[in-house]
Amino acid sequence: MRHSLMIAGLLCATAAAAADRPVLTVYTYDSFVSEWGPGPRIKAGFEGFCGCELRFVSSGDGAALLSRLLLEGESTDADVVLGLDTNLTAAAAESGLFAESGLREVAYDLPVLWDDPIFVPYDWGYFAFVYDKTKTVSVPASFEELAASDLKIVIEDPRSSTPGLGLLLWVKAAYGARASEIWSELADNIVTVTPGWSEAYGLFLKGEADMVLSYTTSPAYHLIAEGDDSKAAAPFSEGHYLQVEVAAKVASSAQRDLADRFLAFVVSPEFQKEIPETNWMYPAVTPPGGLPAGFETLVVPQKVLLFPAGEARKVRDEALAEWQTALSR
Amino acid sequence: MLVLDHLEIAQGAFRLSADLQIESGALTAVIGPSGAGKSTLLAAIAGFVAPVSGRILWEGRDLAGLAPGARPLSILFQEQNLFPHLDLATNLGLGLRADLRLTGHDRMAVSAALERVGLGGMERRRPATLSGGQQSRAALARALLRARPLMLFDEPFAALGPALRAEMLDLVMEIAAETGATVLMVSHDPADALRLAGLCVVVAEGRVLAPQPVAALLADPPAALRGYLVAPKN
Amino acid sequence: MADSTQPLSPALRIGVGLALAAVLALVLGTLAAVLARAKGFGALGPADWAAVRFTVNQAAISAALSIAFAVPVARALARRRFVGRGLLVTALGAPFLLPVIVAVMGLLTIFGRAGTLNGMLGLAGVQPISIYGFGGVVLAHVFLNLPLAVRLLLHGWLAIPAERFRLAASLGFGTGAMLRHLEWPMLRAVVPSAFVAILLICLTSFTVALTLGGGPRATTLELAIYQALRFDFDPGRAATLAVLQLALSALAMLLALKLAVPAAFGAGLDRPVQRWDADGAVPRAADAVALVGATLFLAAPLAAVVVEGSGHVAGLPASVWQAALRSLGVALGSGALALAMALPLSLGAARSRRRGWVEAAGMLPLATSALVVGTGLMLLLRPLTNVTALALPVTAAVNAVMVLPFCLRVMSPAARTIEADYGRLADSLGLAGAARLRILILPRMRPALGFAAGLATAMSMGDLGVIALFAGADNATLPLALYRLMGAYRTADAAGAAMLLLALSLALFWVFDRGGRIDAGS
Repeated sequence: MRHSLMIAGLLCATAAAAADRPVLTVYTYDSFVSEWGPGPRIKAGFEGFCGCELRFVSSGDGAALLSRLLLEGESTDADVVLGLDTNLTAAAAESGLFAESGLREVAYDLPVLWDDPIFVPYDWGYFAFVYDKTKTVSVPASFEELAASDLKIVIEDPRSSTPGLGLLLWVKAAYGARASEIWSELADNIVTVTPGWSEAYGLFLKGEADMVLSYTTSPAYHLIAEGDDSKAAAPFSEGHYLQVEVAAKVASSAQRDLADRFLAFVVSPEFQKEIPETNWMYPAVTPPGGLPAGFETLVVPQKVLLFPAGEARKVRDEALAEWQTALSR
Repeated sequence: MLVLDHLEIAQGAFRLSADLQIESGALTAVIGPSGAGKSTLLAAIAGFVAPVSGRILWEGRDLAGLAPGARPLSILFQEQNLFPHLDLATNLGLGLRADLRLTGHDRMAVSAALERVGLGGMERRRPATLSGGQQSRAALARALLRARPLMLFDEPFAALGPALRAEMLDLVMEIAAETGATVLMVSHDPADALRLAGLCVVVAEGRVLAPQPVAALLADPPAALRGYLVAPKN
Repeated sequence: MADSTQPLSPALRIGVGLALAAVLALVLGTLAAVLARAKGFGALGPADWAAVRFTVNQAAISAALSIAFAVPVARALARRRFVGRGLLVTALGAPFLLPVIVAVMGLLTIFGRAGTLNGMLGLAGVQPISIYGFGGVVLAHVFLNLPLAVRLLLHGWLAIPAERFRLAASLGFGTGAMLRHLEWPMLRAVVPSAFVAILLICLTSFTVALTLGGGPRATTLELAIYQALRFDFDPGRAATLAVLQLALSALAMLLALKLAVPAAFGAGLDRPVQRWDADGAVPRAADAVALVGATLFLAAPLAAVVVEGSGHVAGLPASVWQAALRSLGVALGSGALALAMALPLSLGAARSRRRGWVEAAGMLPLATSALVVGTGLMLLLRPLTNVTALALPVTAAVNAVMVLPFCLRVMSPAARTIEADYGRLADSLGLAGAARLRILILPRMRPALGFAAGLATAMSMGDLGVIALFAGADNATLPLALYRLMGAYRTADAAGAAMLLLALSLALFWVFDRGGRIDAGS
């Protein structure tokens, strides 16, 4: 009895405290809010000056996020959605659920020109095959070389994972009509296709494959957090597909001012400085102190590949069909 | 008085009809060939099988609608008369109060009943540690405790040897005499019926015949029973 | 069996009604919610039908092999007494209780390209084997479900009263006669439902089929549902696929009802089983092979999880320990809830003539798509409440319904046996309602209740469940924390968390299962 009274008291106190301050609800993917992601520090930083409560609601990955938002429609609780990428923004924009950011004149440090009125980029990275330098000596420099080699790779399924879809578009952007042929040649290199990045990377670290589809920034984690410089990303001569992760304001939000302030915070140094060593991606606006030591060792692609949002949406179904056919044989 | 009033029982294709009366305090054997419906008759009286039509009356009261446990009777089955996970005192206590909220007086009554059937001091024993005869005695003791005016026995002693079975029948008669209970006992053996020295109802060919003295029946058995009665005699 | 003249008590009726309502709300309600949002069913393409074929094939073969391997193992466990047998029975159950990703990683340590087995084969100069592809999917499913099959069959064996074995021994039954007259009728009664239970589990496979399947050939229905919802944003097609999944499962359940022949062994007097038929050299060797083989197959991947993880448990961050506490709470809550549903359902089924329907409804959760349930629940609950704040209770409730089929599998036969053996005696004594529950049912069901509680809590502990769709920043469960560690490159911590999860799941199972068996019925 006493316990339940205490709990009731606590609940009331929490509710009262929350009622004093407006709440900004941000839908994001799961790894963003985890203890090891940027979430906790971003929350503390924004709440430090906004006079509000920042509430993260997490939902799987970027595709899960969009799916949830589309299901909820205009009745969504989200004020801001953070974590879609350039492969999803066309569908997101088409839903009409998002409002223009109003942010102009931001000096982004992106490898591409950014002029989207709705989506605000907060980080970016290149997809790449990561390998262990101590085990793999002859490193392929292109998909064709990879396909010709005996190297075994683990990739993610484009239907259930963001990097998987990235790889699909990467091959399509690099090879166009020849994509199908490339996949056929790659088929005997592919050990397996996993549901998501975590499983694929786990398999790679277990030694199940020589290379794994990840990011050029992945080796930075091992170098900085573990002092291990054995991992590297293989530069491919076709170029590397770019992933830009974005945030956007929900049109039906009742907290539009707060949402605007949050988007401005997203591109500010305080947010951006947290990105490299929590999300292990490049910040969209390089903070004044520059990138952390170790990032300079990363591979920088010679050529950047990226379908414009609308085109990514159009080619993905065809690319998926090619992928399925080539790998099902 | 137990009245089976134009009783019709059906179980699948099997049908049994009965229309008879049994006086209060009578000891009545129920005999008949295997599969004739002796157990079904008892199950109907006990409330496990609903009759298709007709009534079952005890002292003028219709038993229809009364759950088995609420009927003025105790029944002993061919087997499973005791819960194996409960000791004897608890098994007997259930006969007094199904929720086992026993008073000190109840517990003394349980011990006395065990004493009465020759199982004194065995309150804490579980059924598996008893012999077959002892298990039958324990079940009888519970019927004694329940002191319901009607006692139904569905061959509970069939598994016992002849001497032991005779002993149990004597015990049943003693208990019936002490409590004034009316007894209906299914038996395969006409010797059992003779030992009960009372009346006998024959179940055969889908019918339950009216009670008649055992000796008279054995002297001049009806056609339906003749083959059945002769066989066990040799 | 049970008598139609004894109506179910009002309390039991209410219990059965509530449990069925919970199951139907979760299974069909969530599906209806998705369907309502989609405004109708969507059309299926040829790829979807290919997924159906693959799903059914792998599930049928996985289930058949799980049962086939389980028969000798369960028989050996049933007729042998040796030191550590109880411990072995518990430990062999572990794969079934594990989060799938942990099990897969453990399997890969042994059977993977860089695994122990291939290492040994390499030393012997033998070509390496590949776990990726159809064979690997089946191997993993057998690994995950063999323990369940063994336990279900072992229960069947132990349900044959000792008196029957004594009788058989007195008649001089050898292994063959024992099989024909006692064990075969038991298997006829137990195998169809065990097969279907495992078939249904494998029908909804996602992570195993995808990770080990090797590529898009190994597309399961659950992945097709993922694709429909996440890739194509076509909730109508997702709903159609979910209905198809339910229909396939219903078909399998009907088949099992038709094939299952109840074994009428009658009641014994709870005497401990003693066997006289298995003293020969051949039965001994067969049992030894079955037990050693199963132990190696099931324990080696678990040992890998322990070896890789135990060094990292002590260093786990505080948040992982908090997540472990939360998971314990979720597990105990959903265990209690699952038993509260399974008890009236199993008793109601035992005493009702419509038993098949009650049991089929109880099996429904096995046939559901986790993604559709989660998505539907979100649609249903969001207008009513803050789903993130309720993430833990919702997860506990969903887990309770999801483990209900396993609880019913265990408790239903026990309830049926009690009713068949002691129903009339209890009725004749007027033992009804709470007293019947307290004096007859709970004590006689205790081993089944303990086993069911162990299964329910351990599975709820290990299952990621719907928490991934609902969690906020600070209410992660241990499986979600494990995924988050993996997603944050923290492989060592993830190995430690996997080890912790394994230990906690097993401990929960052991405590309840053991508690149910301690001097039960002796």
